[in-house]
Amino acid sequence: MSSAPENNGRRRFLTLATAVVGGVGTVGVAVPFIKSWNPSEKAKAAGAPVEYDVSKMAPGQLVRVQWRGKPVYVVRRTKEVLAELENGHNDQLKDPTSTEPQQPEFAANPHRSLKPEYLVALGVCTHLGCAPTYRANDFNEIVEGVANGFYCPCHGSKFDMAGRVFQNVPAPTNLVIPPYMFTASGSLLIGVDKGDA
Amino acid sequence: MLTSIVNWIDKRIPMTETFNKHVGQYPAPVNFNFWYFFGSLAMLVLVNQILTGIWLTMNYTPSGEEAFRSVEYIMRDVEYGWLLRYMHSTGASAFFVVVYLHMLRGMMYGSYQKPRELLWLFGMFIFLVLMAEGFLGYLLPWGNMSFWGAQVIISLFGAIPVIGDDLTLWIRGDYVISGATLNRFFALHVIALPLVLVILVFLHIVALHEVGSNNPEGIDIKKPKGSIPENEKAPFKFHKMFTDKYDIVDAVPFHPYYSVKDIMGVVGFLFFFCFVIFFAPEGGGYFLEKPNFEPANPMKTPEHIAPVWYFGPFYTILRVVPDKLLGAGAMFGAIIMLFLLPWFDRGTVKSIRYRSLAHKINLIQFCVCFVVLGALGTMAATPVANFIGTVASFGYFGFFIALWFYSKNEKTKPLPERISH
Repeated sequence: MSSAPENNGRRRFLTLATAVVGGVGTVGVAVPFIKSWNPSEKAKAAGAPVEYDVSKMAPGQLVRVQWRGKPVYVVRRTKEVLAELENGHNDQLKDPTSTEPQQPEFAANPHRSLKPEYLVALGVCTHLGCAPTYRANDFNEIVEGVANGFYCPCHGSKFDMAGRVFQNVPAPTNLVIPPYMFTASGSLLIGVDKGDA
Repeated sequence: MLTSIVNWIDKRIPMTETFNKHVGQYPAPVNFNFWYFFGSLAMLVLVNQILTGIWLTMNYTPSGEEAFRSVEYIMRDVEYGWLLRYMHSTGASAFFVVVYLHMLRGMMYGSYQKPRELLWLFGMFIFLVLMAEGFLGYLLPWGNMSFWGAQVIISLFGAIPVIGDDLTLWIRGDYVISGATLNRFFALHVIALPLVLVILVFLHIVALHEVGSNNPEGIDIKKPKGSIPENEKAPFKFHKMFTDKYDIVDAVPFHPYYSVKDIMGVVGFLFFFCFVIFFAPEGGGYFLEKPNFEPANPMKTPEHIAPVWYFGPFYTILRVVPDKLLGAGAMFGAIIMLFLLPWFDRGTVKSIRYRSLAHKINLIQFCVCFVVLGALGTMAATPVANFIGTVASFGYFGFFIALWFYSKNEKTKPLPERISH
């Protein structure tokens, strides 16, 4: 037993200092464990643009193109569909003029696309990420007076043919429009737009 | 010979002492009914899940390319692989059946009330970990429903403002659900959460044995020391941890009385369990869903996406709220309400047998709403379903709110001193 007098102030300081150093060490050790959950270099590298030749699409047809593992919906919209977008159901939409940043600037227009004829949108519901179903000509059952649209089977979110979300559904925003461009030969390139090129 | 071995061990670790304290001389109320089977049954199912789970990992390959194929390999080519897998998948549903009934028992007889609040909280954490286990395990077969179910649930975290998108990316480890997601789910499902679960079950039982078991009458079997004449005490030897502080009445030692009774429960349970395993292993599409018999397809959501039945009630609450953040909040809120039950109930009478008519009606309407929400969770989101779901959600939350109000000055029946038997 030491007969040195107790120094409570020093004891408290040493206890606190030990706790702080130990705490810093714990946080430091946690970093690699947490960071290792981030996407690996391999996953990051898998994000290259994809090309699709739209000239063969029939009017009204939808194709799913995979980009970064996600489905991109490409629809060749008919004249009737475009007319439907122009006049009609804006008052039933949450964000008819695309004010939310869900699209590249070039697509902040009523048809939300580069060329009015082609819709290019992520087929990923903005609610919880399901792939909405394309309902051609029978969307009336879901929204009266609108013949074509997308209906999410998971939680009943509804989108029009420009990927604009209807009111009173769980999805908060319009479908995301990915960056894309048309090459000189007329085929679609998803993942880059002219600004990036 | 045996005695000397036991003595040798007892000198080094308190084996007999621990056995007596928790099993051989643990005082359990005399009046347990069938509702008290579900605790021990949950333990049985836990053992089943761990054992069959270990065996499944021996042939399962956790990778995006191989997972689906390896499950089919287990089903077709591994000897008795089909049985091990069906025991595991049916066990998952059975786990929730017995745990939901176990929770209802606690609600009926006020087993969450003082002094058992912490016991209830440990139980709720077990429930939470179980749900996480069910969710993580559901991704592993890498079927199409696995994929899209995980997509929906992970996206829930995206509803959190500011950090949401980065958080979902971090959970997935990729820009979409991929092999990276599958592998980490596998690691969490087979080692991390089972460890947590076993520790929580241990704490749950330690907490139970500290405060003692409640019973259908909700009347304490521990009376103040010296208040009970010798001839009215329960005529058994109980551990001194209990008898030092209390006079024990109307109790029997857990073993052999309830150990044997619980075996009866096990027999009844196994009858149903085996029936499902051998005659309806897919549970009519509710235990193993049909879209999960095709491999994960990131390009196409199944027509009718629905969670496994045991998530149904919470999923419906999520779905009826027409706002992403509020919907996710309501879903988690529904679970938090259960956590807080001991504090919503301000009454002191435990058992429903002695509580007011209002409480009986309230608990029944809660059960009805819970079942309705569960059923709706497995159906398509039609306007009618959404309307019923909204009403049932109000019923669910209303149970807790109403309880808080009426329980303060509830008109209860007079409590007897002792359990009559």
